[in-house]
Amino acid sequence: MSTAALSNIATAGLSHLDWLESEAIHIMREVAGQCSNPVLLFSGGKDSICMLRIAEKAFRPGRFPFPLLHVDTGHNYREVVDFRDRRAAELGERLIVRSVEDSMARGTVVLNSPDEPRNKHQSVTLLEAIEEFGFDACIGGARRDEEKARAKERIFSFRDEFGQWDPKNQRPELWDLYNARSFKGENMRVFPISNWTEIDVWQYIERERLALPSIYFAHRRPLVRRGGGLLPVTEVTPARSGETIENLMVRFRTVGDITCTAPVESDADTVARIIAETAVTTITERGATRLDDQTSDASMEQRKKEGYF
Amino acid sequence: MSAIEKLPGSSVPDNGLLRFLTCGSVDDGKSTLIGRLLFDSKTILADTLHAIERTSAKRGLDMVDLSLLTDGLQAEREQGITIDVAYRYFTTGTRKYIIADAPGHEQYTRNMVTAASTADLAIILIDARKGVLTQTRRHSYLAHLLGIPHIVVAVNKMDLVDYAQEPFAAIAAEYLAFASRLGIADVRFLPMSALRGDMIVERGEHLHWYDGPTLLDILETAPAIHGAHAEKFRFPVQYVCRPQDSANPELHDYRGFMGRVESGELSIGDAVTVLPSGRETSVRDIQVLGESLARAIAEQSVTILLEDEIDVSRGDMIVKSGELPTIGKQIDAMLCWLSESPLDPRRKYLLRHTTRDSKAMLAGISFRVDVNTMEQQPAERLAMNDIARVRFKLAQPIFADPYAESRGTGAFIVIDESSNNTVGAGMIV
Ligand SMILES: Nc1nc2c(ncn2[C@@H]2O[C@H](COP(=O)(O)OP(=O)(O)O)[C@@H](O)[C@H]2O)c(=O)[nH]1
Repeated sequence: MSTAALSNIATAGLSHLDWLESEAIHIMREVAGQCSNPVLLFSGGKDSICMLRIAEKAFRPGRFPFPLLHVDTGHNYREVVDFRDRRAAELGERLIVRSVEDSMARGTVVLNSPDEPRNKHQSVTLLEAIEEFGFDACIGGARRDEEKARAKERIFSFRDEFGQWDPKNQRPELWDLYNARSFKGENMRVFPISNWTEIDVWQYIERERLALPSIYFAHRRPLVRRGGGLLPVTEVTPARSGETIENLMVRFRTVGDITCTAPVESDADTVARIIAETAVTTITERGATRLDDQTSDASMEQRKKEGYF
Repeated sequence: MSAIEKLPGSSVPDNGLLRFLTCGSVDDGKSTLIGRLLFDSKTILADTLHAIERTSAKRGLDMVDLSLLTDGLQAEREQGITIDVAYRYFTTGTRKYIIADAPGHEQYTRNMVTAASTADLAIILIDARKGVLTQTRRHSYLAHLLGIPHIVVAVNKMDLVDYAQEPFAAIAAEYLAFASRLGIADVRFLPMSALRGDMIVERGEHLHWYDGPTLLDILETAPAIHGAHAEKFRFPVQYVCRPQDSANPELHDYRGFMGRVESGELSIGDAVTVLPSGRETSVRDIQVLGESLARAIAEQSVTILLEDEIDVSRGDMIVKSGELPTIGKQIDAMLCWLSESPLDPRRKYLLRHTTRDSKAMLAGISFRVDVNTMEQQPAERLAMNDIARVRFKLAQPIFADPYAESRGTGAFIVIDESSNNTVGAGMIV
């Protein structure tokens, strides 16, 4: 018997993870029922790995009613990209990869400097992919606890033709009655795990025994200390002169573009240890690991208005 | 050890999830209370705390303003007010909480209605110095209208009335008088100081005369919305799984009806009726990802397989035979209008109820409710934030229960097809 079934018997209602999972399944099925051409964003990161398990629970034994899409900055950790491809193949689902580097070649993405973080440019490539395939809904793994601006975002979040989110003009969202209607050219962003926190994600990974890219677990890697954070030394992020390279035990809490994703010092090498560590941790996920977010309180909100996912 | 000191981990017994709503007039201490809950449950993390310390200092405050934690968007920060529903999370290790933070301004009835639609419990804040206000009545009325079963009246700022029992008792007596007129049954009173932290998580030093539970104790033990009473089984079909193209011949005839149990429970073998066809059959299997479940309970997302081959599609509903909902093309409901453009009695709208859509037209407004006095007034049209008793005529039948019995099958939204916006929220009476 599955853990899910056991915990249902143990308590009168659903356990908190069962409830969150059930809500997320319900949301994905609403997308399938209401939208004609949805897509699920899959990066190989932990949140989107949970999303794939939820999609399995929502649609198996059928195929997913949507393909998977990764907007690749070209600066991703090898382990994550390999994992992404392997997981999509195991599931037998279609994976579409669109690359920020292609947008750069087309001239639609122009970098201010060659080593500029490319995360914020993902929005251009995403909008290009939406147009290319005519997607009317993009399902993503963002959570409301990640950042202040997200705390008010709807689960079904409407975007205009330019992919913009207008926080002042959101659709009321009541009960579990979601409104995914849009006109041609407009788009819904749908966040089935809006109500999850980082610890919920880890607990779910543990319960479902989900495989993760190895860099989520403690490993030794060369780093430098810069601007109060740890920066991995890689081909695209070399050490600057005068910096000392240290070999430290670290793990990543989020995996994104190499240039702006920093690890934390840790020797947690299992999911259980990560949960124990997360439970007592004192820095929010984004604060610790997204170097590009620290500019201002409002930086995420600004980017979302510009069509960032 | 208080619940809050336990680490969230898989070994701790899981008491599920509770969604609650905080409401109060401006400056009653709502943001401070939420900040306090997050702070005492160690949900506020170091970098966030540094950020609000910086902001507090920049604004010339001499102590950290916990209310800054719940500040949302840039535009609102500039205006210095909260204007939309925000959701916050904390966990005690035994229970996970989702707080809907609804702003208390006059014109934002619709935000409160939105926040209340998913809440199991409402905390209504009253400033101990000010007592029961018009807003208190309005919030209580809306919480009750939206079917929130538990109401906690939190009398805040007790430190400013010397932690004395008299003002607290007077407020409780006044509140009870109008709550009973409204028909609010489950209400508890709690004296507290959000600023000092008395009776939130810790009991504090000053409220010796109060021997009831702290706010957190109330939250930890409040029963969730389902399960307390026998409910009828309701399963709106969201999606039909027919994997015929699969290479696996066993799946050739597979037809799974996918959805979430809105209320009640279902076991394998139960006799069911499919609506609207009225065809009867029984449950062959209940599945999640290839595993059979002996039964499905409220709020669980499952796939149901039926004994007989019956045509079922999205928008249909599976119920237990002998427990049919009301099937009809006319509904009477309490309607909250959410849109800046008023309800137009000549226009057709789209009404979405469970997974079913139908064209709908207003057939009459019985009365509008003044949310401050709860008086019923005649009305010709409805503007934003109005609440009224209305009748709709529908093009398609819906399968409905009174909202007071079942939120899932008693609620609907109204969509304006010219903008695709959600413009109304209704509760079937
Ligand atoms: N003395 C005292 N002041 C409080 C208490 N709770 C909140 N306040 C203060 O009341 C003011 C308004 O509080 P806030 O939480 O922003 O109210 P909101 O508008 O309901 O969110 C702030 O200056 C708080 O510090 C309390 O229990 N005692």
